[in-house]
Amino acid sequence: MTSARGSLGSAVVMTLYLLFLLVPIYWLVNMSLKTNAEITGTFSLYPLSPTLENYRTILTDPSWYMGYVNSLIYVVMNTALSLAVALPAAYAFSRYRFLGDKHLFFWLLTNRMAPPAVFALPFFQLYSAVGLFDTHIAVALAHCLFNVPLAVWILEGFMSGVPREIDETAYIDGYSFPRFFTRIFMPLIASGIGVAAFFCFMFSWVELLLSRTLTSVNAKPIAATMTRTVSASGLDWGVLAAAGVLTILPGALVIWFVRNYIAKGFALGRV
Amino acid sequence: MTLELQGVAKDVAGQTWIHPVDLELAPGSMNVLLGPTLSGKTTLMRLMAGLDQPSSGRIVWQGQDVTGRRVQDRGVAMVYQQFINYPSMSVYDNIASPLRLQRVARAEIDKRVRQTAEMMRLTPLLDRRPLDLSGGQQQRTALARALVKGAGLVLLDEPLANLDYKLREELRAEIPRIFEASGAIFVYATTEPEEALLLGGSTATLWEGRVTQFGPTPQVYRAPQDAVTARVFSDPPMNFKRIAVQGGEAVLDRARWRVDVADGRYTAGFRAPHLSLRQSPQSIALDARLDTTEITGAETYLHLRHGPDRWVGLVPGVQTLPAGAPLTLWLDPAHIYLFDEGGRLARAAPYARAA
Repeated sequence: MTSARGSLGSAVVMTLYLLFLLVPIYWLVNMSLKTNAEITGTFSLYPLSPTLENYRTILTDPSWYMGYVNSLIYVVMNTALSLAVALPAAYAFSRYRFLGDKHLFFWLLTNRMAPPAVFALPFFQLYSAVGLFDTHIAVALAHCLFNVPLAVWILEGFMSGVPREIDETAYIDGYSFPRFFTRIFMPLIASGIGVAAFFCFMFSWVELLLSRTLTSVNAKPIAATMTRTVSASGLDWGVLAAAGVLTILPGALVIWFVRNYIAKGFALGRV
Repeated sequence: MTLELQGVAKDVAGQTWIHPVDLELAPGSMNVLLGPTLSGKTTLMRLMAGLDQPSSGRIVWQGQDVTGRRVQDRGVAMVYQQFINYPSMSVYDNIASPLRLQRVARAEIDKRVRQTAEMMRLTPLLDRRPLDLSGGQQQRTALARALVKGAGLVLLDEPLANLDYKLREELRAEIPRIFEASGAIFVYATTEPEEALLLGGSTATLWEGRVTQFGPTPQVYRAPQDAVTARVFSDPPMNFKRIAVQGGEAVLDRARWRVDVADGRYTAGFRAPHLSLRQSPQSIALDARLDTTEITGAETYLHLRHGPDRWVGLVPGVQTLPAGAPLTLWLDPAHIYLFDEGGRLARAAPYARAA
């Protein structure tokens, strides 16, 4: 009796919790399927005359969809770059003791603590000076500033979980370092690489300040496009909402694919 | 194919881990490194493998100085105490990996992998992943990988220490057979004198980074050349007692027995199983105090106190004796070693000399 009531109670609490969590997302989807007239004119819990017109606008107008393309380009670049740099760095931190290793590790982490605004100004000036302004690689490089330390930190945890004797056994067996690293070691920390890639992707995807400051037209990210769509006729609510939905999608997809790895990451206490 | 260590020493951060050591391991020989934890067995083994570089000295393999040579080019094989395999590969691929790196022909790889797997009783498990296997099977896989490439030097660093008792006995009995089949120099590190005796060959005893003695295993066991070696090569550790010898007669408590050494002060040493609860015609009486007993079933360990010294006795059967009570033990003087003031062997136990 008590337990039945208990489970009913927890079900109610859970449902309410999920409802509150989902309300803004639902409202976003709701708006994206309405016309501007309906959004501003009437209050309705669901689209009275559902339309995909907003999505059509985004997927056909280059000034809209190029925002997604730009974002994806620099996010993927950044993820690849961050991992390429972080993998050897994390290996060094996990396997070797060198002068100042602990300080360096800490210093890397402090990069994550500084708000991006601090770095916006120097990056803007520097990139303008060297002609990197408004390129994808500029944003990708800027995001490395906080993604590389994060990736190093996550990967170091996974790597330290692999016994050093595996490295030595591989060398004794005749593996060269690069071959050992790619053939034996990387499969062992595949979940760590997955988790690190996920976080690099996410942080780069949601970061707005640096990406907006460092671009104008050619590499303009979707988030920037969204904030610059106040036209003379007022705000285009429906299209903005549709853009919002499409912005959530990649993250949701990535989370779906790496959810098991993230659980492992949690188990290692590094996420 | 001999391995020579010439004055090899290892210092780490100002501490000496291995004092200069000279060793010559004969072709196709079984060599045991025997010593307690932290005595330097693993360090010495890593130097032999080339995983670490010695601070001084040379390592000579088949007449060539290989001291600075990369481990990949040394042609050694090593098995660790932990079960180290490549988790992302099947057992077959694990065993095949050293051969693939040597660019051996595919058919030849298959033949040798299956041959080695057969010898290690892994044939039914070739498609499995190492982590799906039991500890014993994982260690067999590691052994198979070490043996398959036909390395001239096979290093086994306490390979059985992480196995449970039953599996350890099973695999230990196979090591001599594997060794015979390989024709390589085996180096086997262990903390257990019993394993050294079982494997035979030669034994080097280690204590605090020093090789105290190296020679044929039975000889080192019977005539340890100093007290430290005797302690390392006895389990439980050898019992010691300071005694005086006068006029060819040794004196311990009320016991007197004849010895053929010069007068002076000595340390008498005897192994635990030679203490007895029963009197025999030659034996001398020792009055000790019983601290605790430890019953294993077939045997009973007696933890004794004799003046300032702690002794351990090992007697057959289940013995229920009152703790804290005085206890008279019997010892045949033929089992007593004498070490001089410097700890050097003055006189091996007569029974050992006869053997």
